[in-house]
Amino acid sequence: MMSEIILEMKAISKSFPGVKALDKVDFRLRKGEIHALMGENGAGKSTLIKVITGVYEKDSGQIDLDGRSIHFRSPQEAQKSGIGTVYQEITLCPNLTVAENMFTGRSRSPFVQWKKMNEKAARLLDSLGIPAVPTQELTSCSLAVQQMIAIARAVDMDCKILILDEPTSSLDDDEVKKLFELMAQLKERGVGIIFITHFLEQVYEICDRITVLRNGKLIGEYETSSLPQIELISKMMGKELDDVTKIKKQDSTASDKSVPVFESSNLSSDAGVRPFDFTIKKGEVNGFAGLLGSGRSESARAIFAADKVTGGEVKMNGKAIKIKTPLDAMKNGIGYLPEDRKGDGIIADLSVRDNIILALQVLKGFFKPFSPLQAETFANEFIKKLNIKTPTPDTPIKSLSGGNQQKVILARWLLTHPEYLILDEPTRGIDIGTKVEIQKLVLELAEKGMSLTFISSEIEEMLRTCSRMIIMKDREIVGELSGSDLSESDVMNVIARGGN
Amino acid sequence: MLKMKSNLSHLFLPLSVMALLIIINLIKGADYFTISLVNGALYGNIPNILFGASELVILSIGMTLVTAASQGQDISIGVSATITSAVFVWFVLHAGEVTLLTIVAGFLLSCVAGLATGAFNGILVSIFKVQPMVASLILFTGGRSIAFMIDGKLSPILANDISNKIGTVIPGVPIQTPIILTVIFIAIVAIVLKTTNLRLYVESVGINRNAARLNGINPKKIIFLTFLIMGVCTAVAGFIAVNKAGRHDSVNLLKLIMMDAILAVAIGGNSLIGGKFSVTGSIIGAYTIEMLNRTLLRLEIEPAMIKVFKAVFIIILMIIASPVVRAYAKKTLDGIGNRSFSLSPLRVSGAESAVEKED
Repeated sequence: MMSEIILEMKAISKSFPGVKALDKVDFRLRKGEIHALMGENGAGKSTLIKVITGVYEKDSGQIDLDGRSIHFRSPQEAQKSGIGTVYQEITLCPNLTVAENMFTGRSRSPFVQWKKMNEKAARLLDSLGIPAVPTQELTSCSLAVQQMIAIARAVDMDCKILILDEPTSSLDDDEVKKLFELMAQLKERGVGIIFITHFLEQVYEICDRITVLRNGKLIGEYETSSLPQIELISKMMGKELDDVTKIKKQDSTASDKSVPVFESSNLSSDAGVRPFDFTIKKGEVNGFAGLLGSGRSESARAIFAADKVTGGEVKMNGKAIKIKTPLDAMKNGIGYLPEDRKGDGIIADLSVRDNIILALQVLKGFFKPFSPLQAETFANEFIKKLNIKTPTPDTPIKSLSGGNQQKVILARWLLTHPEYLILDEPTRGIDIGTKVEIQKLVLELAEKGMSLTFISSEIEEMLRTCSRMIIMKDREIVGELSGSDLSESDVMNVIARGGN
Repeated sequence: MLKMKSNLSHLFLPLSVMALLIIINLIKGADYFTISLVNGALYGNIPNILFGASELVILSIGMTLVTAASQGQDISIGVSATITSAVFVWFVLHAGEVTLLTIVAGFLLSCVAGLATGAFNGILVSIFKVQPMVASLILFTGGRSIAFMIDGKLSPILANDISNKIGTVIPGVPIQTPIILTVIFIAIVAIVLKTTNLRLYVESVGINRNAARLNGINPKKIIFLTFLIMGVCTAVAGFIAVNKAGRHDSVNLLKLIMMDAILAVAIGGNSLIGGKFSVTGSIIGAYTIEMLNRTLLRLEIEPAMIKVFKAVFIIILMIIASPVVRAYAKKTLDGIGNRSFSLSPLRVSGAESAVEKED
């Protein structure tokens, strides 16, 4: 039963002008399995998904669904044949009810039978164990439940294949657990699930098989149980992975005597973080750790005045300063890489060059634009330094991959030579190779004397980079950990106990 | 080199429309480009277009900036120009003897009035976050009455020599004065764009307000600034219009010109929901619209029917410029491009090896 193949793709190729996105890739999905599709950014994962769902047309190759050759021309066609897709960003309407979200656009009748629809929704929610009421507004559900409702929408209508593209990236651990329960249930029903994620732990927790792609080519299909994590990583990156293990953070006792570069007391913002005290020394890397919604991002935003500051004092190198706007923070040598790259970071339509020079240009002033030559020099310098993969500095940043976009934002702040740089989730949604590069860069910068705050939802990553971790829970600082022999469970313990 | 190319592709639409109109006109009569000298000044189809489009060009520039930053349009520009020109006429008629000084002073005063109308719209949009079209609807509705009051409920006449020269030609200068003023205005805008970060700030705010703010830009200030610039544009356009007309008609001056200005912005390849902008495109768009108006006249289409023809033409234009057709054209062009690449395999392989070295 388990080995019954439901989707078979043979020698799929797809080219875009200048790139071969997929090069004779095979892919097989069995009934009732959860199959991870792994690869770095640009490996061809999303292209493959888009070929399956009919967003793109393949150049060559063969796709069999249930033994019959198929050829979808639109996502609607794919959906009708039982292929449901849920994307990273929740694509539901927040102001509609749960039931409306599940069934809008599904009925052929121009009239809505509200009662019937709500009953049907209730049955489906119940059978999948989703804790939501059909008539409640979608916004009143947590992100995880919204994600589940998106899945419910996709699996309704006799679903054979469910594609989940980064469904967990905005969920916290508890929510992920609930999502996994739902996935296990669907697996029981015989649905084949394709799961794309950057979280390796999750792959090992729930997936039966792994298919690895690299640079548009198939590297192989493996049973999860027979592929150690370190081997998976090296297959994804295409090189031996001594880099990852070599990263070594500084000794936390290195810089104890100096005046703090930045300190705050009773700082608070209108985003709801409790007044907090915080200091960082020269050359120190510290971080706010905590679960999603613990206030770790809000604290960083309060320091940079990204949210409205409502109280507290801040000092820079021992001198009291006022930070009312992001520009004040920038003028005092603080940089901030925001958590939401798309919404707060990139200026999508502008070129890589303009995105790199933006912060420094604003610091320099409205009436003093850089000459085109100067701007080009800055851009080229950082494209080279950070190994940003872009055709030209003139390319709009939106056409770069996530990891490269993040490097551009990083370049933007490095160009301003900040004394203190805050990085909020700098590695979210980007491939392992770039992740490691960014982690290394953070430590390098610290060694040169920059102070950095590194925030990540992957505690393991913070352990690797931070010499001091400020633990947050419920929008409040509950503890602090430092030392070189910290482990994930130490952090968990502090969070669980609410203090150390 | 690359930049030139992308700029040109941006201007593809307005330029091709212009070319099409020229062809139509040449078919109608080969004398289209004929220029004659009347009283020492140049006249003919082309000078007439340049003359007629002056106000529209200036207003389109302002509209481009407002659109780019605020992601909406200012529909009160014609009304604002009516108010500013009323202020100008009021000053000139009350300042005693008309000299160049009074004209200049009147113009500067009308610019202050323009800043005031711009500030009014700008405050509504940037601080109160009213949608630009709704915010400017207020002035659009009530503004002509304000101008009427300034006029003293009359339609005052500007019967002086200097106004006449500004509205037509200065003896000895072969080009009509409004054309010269427009060129000067365009030059000033070009210098401002070159010597300030206006473009970077406006585009950043228009594309991603949050990100702009987190990079130290104050989006409210920038949006407000674009409305102030729009206000000055209306003052200049009003100044030209009233001197051309020789009298101030508060009911009909530059009536409904915002429609053409918005259209000019669109034809210029600008997105009406803000972001990156091309002033050059809008300028060409404005001249194209004037050319279209005059072409329809020249084709001797019944005046009552002209609007219908204009509408049909614009529908065709918008379909050609639509993302659907553009994507199709790009695909086709890329196909041609690829084929031409394969004709020169030497160059391609050379480029590849260069890339390999970089890695």
